Amino acid sequence: MKAFDYVEIRVPAKPQYVSVIRLAVSGLATRLGFTYDEIEDLKIATGEAVTNVVHHAYDGEEGEVVMGCALFENKIEIMVADYGNSFNFEEVKTKIGPYKEDENVAMLREGGLGLYLMDTLMDEVKLNNEGGVTVFMTKYVTREQVEENVERITT
Amino acid sequence: MNVNVQFREDGNIMRGFVEGEIDTFTAPILRDELDSIRIFEGLTIELDLSKVTYMDSTGLGIFVAFYKKVVREKGEFKLVGLTDRLVRLFEITGLSELMNIETDKKVEISNESI
Repeated sequence: MKAFDYVEIRVPAKPQYVSVIRLAVSGLATRLGFTYDEIEDLKIATGEAVTNVVHHAYDGEEGEVVMGCALFENKIEIMVADYGNSFNFEEVKTKIGPYKEDENVAMLREGGLGLYLMDTLMDEVKLNNEGGVTVFMTKYVTREQVEENVERITT
Repeated sequence: MNVNVQFREDGNIMRGFVEGEIDTFTAPILRDELDSIRIFEGLTIELDLSKVTYMDSTGLGIFVAFYKKVVREKGEFKLVGLTDRLVRLFEITGLSELMNIETDKKVEISNESI
């Protein structure tokens, strides 16, 4: 038997489909036994990756975004890919990150938190930048150590 | 999936109740609603986010932009009723240090008087 199940969803790179991808991830993550908070983290991280594609990949042209999910027993691997414009990660990296306490309100950035959130909410994030952008993200199930098939206590 | 904002004016306080999901699709609706507020010196704008069921960096960006606008026009801006999820988002991005944020515990009490 294969070590994982693979699920792939392909949608038009339009804002109205971002929530569809989020819902799909939420459903798949529930199957693996992630906690409520972990599932919310996965939804945000995937939503950020898909939103990036919707906004930057095709420069107004029609395109598609592909979300692939590898479901392992103890982790989920999510890939978000497009076939549009790639970007310079090192350059982008200098413009992201959390806000600092002493920042001038008038100068606060109004974007650029997407990549930072992906990085913070997932256990591993990798970017591949050849012929479009592919984001690979991994999150591990932090299941409580309870033996399977234990009978439920009836109260 | 949608986002909906209801405003209630109370003297120098403008209360907005935001409900729904804030992402790249619903963002323009929220942005338009916030832009429709006439800000003046001494006005406090209080947005209740207790019914926001999803928010990502798009939502954070909207609130940062609006916060800047309010400060520029000498008003006050406050976010209230944040769920633990939202508090976490504001904390990991460092925004909780910059903006006036209250969690949902406080709002449950103040809701009684509304």
